Amino acid sequence: MNLKYWFSLFICSFVFHAARAQDASTLMKGIRSSLEKINDYEADAKFKTEISFLKVPDAVVKIYYKQPDKIKIRNQNGISLVPKETVSISMYSLVNSHYTVLDGGTDLIQGIPVRIIKLLPADENADLVLATLYIDYKRMIVLKAKTTTRENGTNEVELFYGKFLPIGLPDRIVFSFSTQEFKLPKGVTFDYDDGSAKNNLTEPRKNQRGKIEITYLDYTINKGLSDSLFK
Amino acid sequence: MSLVTVSHLSKKFKSHDAVNDLSFSVEEGDVYGFLGQNGAGKSTTIRMLLTLVRPTSGNIKIFGLDLDRERKKILSQVGAMIEKPDLYKYLSAHENLSLFARMSGSGNTKKELNAQLEMVGLAGREGDLVKTFSQGMKQRLGIAVALIHNPRLIILDEPTNGLDPQGIADMRNLILHLSRHLNKTVIVSSHLLHEIEQISNRMLIIDEGKKIVEGTVDSLVDPAKTVVEVTVDDLAVAASRIETTLWFSYLIKKENHHLIFQLPRHLIPELNRSLVQLEINVLSLQAKNSLEAQFLSLTRSKQYVAAFTD
Amino acid sequence: MWQLLQIELLKIFRKPRTYISFGAIAAMVIIIQIALKFDGQSYIEFITGSLRDTLDVPVANILNGYFVCFVILNLLLIHIPLLIALVAGDSIAGEANMGTLRLIASKPISRTGLMLAKFMATVIYTALLLIWLAFISLLLSILIFGTNDILIARNDALEIIRSNDVLWRYLAAFCFATLALTTVAALAFLLSVFADNSIGPIVSTISIVIVFTILSEMQIPLYDRTIKPFLFTSHMLAWKGFFYSKVDTTGSSIPGTIENIRAIGKSSLILVLYIIGFVSAAVYSFNKKDILS
Repeated sequence: MNLKYWFSLFICSFVFHAARAQDASTLMKGIRSSLEKINDYEADAKFKTEISFLKVPDAVVKIYYKQPDKIKIRNQNGISLVPKETVSISMYSLVNSHYTVLDGGTDLIQGIPVRIIKLLPADENADLVLATLYIDYKRMIVLKAKTTTRENGTNEVELFYGKFLPIGLPDRIVFSFSTQEFKLPKGVTFDYDDGSAKNNLTEPRKNQRGKIEITYLDYTINKGLSDSLFK
Repeated sequence: MSLVTVSHLSKKFKSHDAVNDLSFSVEEGDVYGFLGQNGAGKSTTIRMLLTLVRPTSGNIKIFGLDLDRERKKILSQVGAMIEKPDLYKYLSAHENLSLFARMSGSGNTKKELNAQLEMVGLAGREGDLVKTFSQGMKQRLGIAVALIHNPRLIILDEPTNGLDPQGIADMRNLILHLSRHLNKTVIVSSHLLHEIEQISNRMLIIDEGKKIVEGTVDSLVDPAKTVVEVTVDDLAVAASRIETTLWFSYLIKKENHHLIFQLPRHLIPELNRSLVQLEINVLSLQAKNSLEAQFLSLTRSKQYVAAFTD
Repeated sequence: MWQLLQIELLKIFRKPRTYISFGAIAAMVIIIQIALKFDGQSYIEFITGSLRDTLDVPVANILNGYFVCFVILNLLLIHIPLLIALVAGDSIAGEANMGTLRLIASKPISRTGLMLAKFMATVIYTALLLIWLAFISLLLSILIFGTNDILIARNDALEIIRSNDVLWRYLAAFCFATLALTTVAALAFLLSVFADNSIGPIVSTISIVIVFTILSEMQIPLYDRTIKPFLFTSHMLAWKGFFYSKVDTTGSSIPGTIENIRAIGKSSLILVLYIIGFVSAAVYSFNKKDILS
């Protein structure tokens, strides 16, 4: 092979990557524009908690969203413990911040080919360190997002679409996050020891992960929501 | 058949024998005196009669029935007051009486209960809490409790304890009334022989858990040994004048203005006349029956008497 | 027997000391309610601890009548047995001290009948005290704090039970607590037979309850295997088992369920056996006892 061949190959790959980089930005623009269509929504949803040290029955909650980053999950009739780190749920705030967009290649999520887009925040002091989006480029929807923050480590959200796809909103969201060990002094609780083998975690106590699954029952979009709902 | 028959009754506690092979009987209609020093075993015996204390050995029959087997039947016809009657201080006299009447199986009406309280001199105090009562009033209420179910046999353990002289007299009269007019059989225990002597027709003297003597009061009181105490103004003069008379042989002691004679009871009037004739100034003359002397000589107290006599 | 029971109930409820218990419960509960009304947030923050770094904890919703009642019952684990012992320990010893024991024991009633009547009266007192506790701690808390889901703090987990799933659990818990406290009453009742003064049985009972509770809660493997399963205090806490739900395969709690009903049943049986044992021993001892007071 001569020098001409290698030079041509180099030029082709450079152009290809430049084109791909351009594709990543275009992809983000496409995602932004479809998310921009939703100014706000109010949704009823089933809220399921899967955290080893929490025993919680499934709940029906109200979820309020307002552009750019207001989200409130409210259990009207009871108590639900909602993860503090909900920024990943708000795709709009994620995609509308100032980031450097990098192409991360491709993958298969939920059996669907996706493009991986990495977002590096422009602000070095921002809490968010890295965000990775897995985008279904054919339907222009985000199927999965991973965020790494300084405060709360790495959280993941996976979005499942179905009947609400026409409005670009997911049917189901699964949010997983890091949790710390939970322990109370025995003298505070005076637990009843029923003599059964304790359902102790097989994983080490530290670095546990919890999961929250939200199944949307309905959406009411763009009706105008007051800011007081988010207090 | 005796109303109460006690046969070879014993009670051994860990530290001592409280009652030792005691046997006695009480006839219907008796006022039976149960006499002994403090700690002689009287209360323990009475508690065994009332099934409060379990005998170590021996047998008790009341109304011809074995106490072990027919406890309920027997006790429904027995009324008792043990030492100082302690009742429920936070309840009224009426409530106390009603409560114990029901426990005795007696269905008294309110009227009957009030009548009982009136009988013991507590009319008008039915609704008052027992904690406001004096000792005498509590004693009377205790008697009412003992009598409310109209028992055949009444057992009184130290009934005059803590009473003033009027109270003691009232108690004595009540016991006599129970016996003479209501035909009750009464067992009275006391360490005060003077009281027992006045009310009982039969008595038992017990000491260190053992029977010392049992019988009628008359048989226990020896009229030939009556002690007469004469108080004079000038002991020396009186003693010198007595020396030359036959009364000197009856003189057993002279001390502190007292001349003490022991002589047959029927000679007391003659002694009295002789003292006047001898011009001895007599300030008082008191005849002490021989029961006290008998009692003191038979029981442990002789060791204490020795400490206090010349 | 009914007549004797009436008499014993009269004696208990005419005694001023009895009402100390009811007053003390009201005072303790109201003090706790006031504290939580003003600073319940701190308590919830304490029990949720590090969880609040990860999860949003709705303190206002958590601080409700059901939660407050649970906190009250948890805090009064030793105090309520003391109030039970106050009356039960006085059953025989109090009568001996007053001098009335010799009077009632010389009546034509069987000693066994007397003891059973006294114990039944004590059980009724215990039940009434629990009803009063339920009224003050649950109903009053609901009136002050309202209702919502209940957050149950276990030493290594938190459990949430929906508000419509709570009341029946409290009913069951109070019924069980009556059984548990009857065990304490039976112990005090037994000790009362051997004393002529009620202070002894009361202090002894509460000392035993405290020591056994400490042993029950200590995590020493030797005691876990040998002593703890047999201590009645280990089983007295089974009322909490009504607030532990079963979970499904995904870890979500299943409403309307109890995690280990068999264990609660076993604890109930053990407590019943203790009660039978204590009362039988008390009756036997009293039948043999020489009443010298």
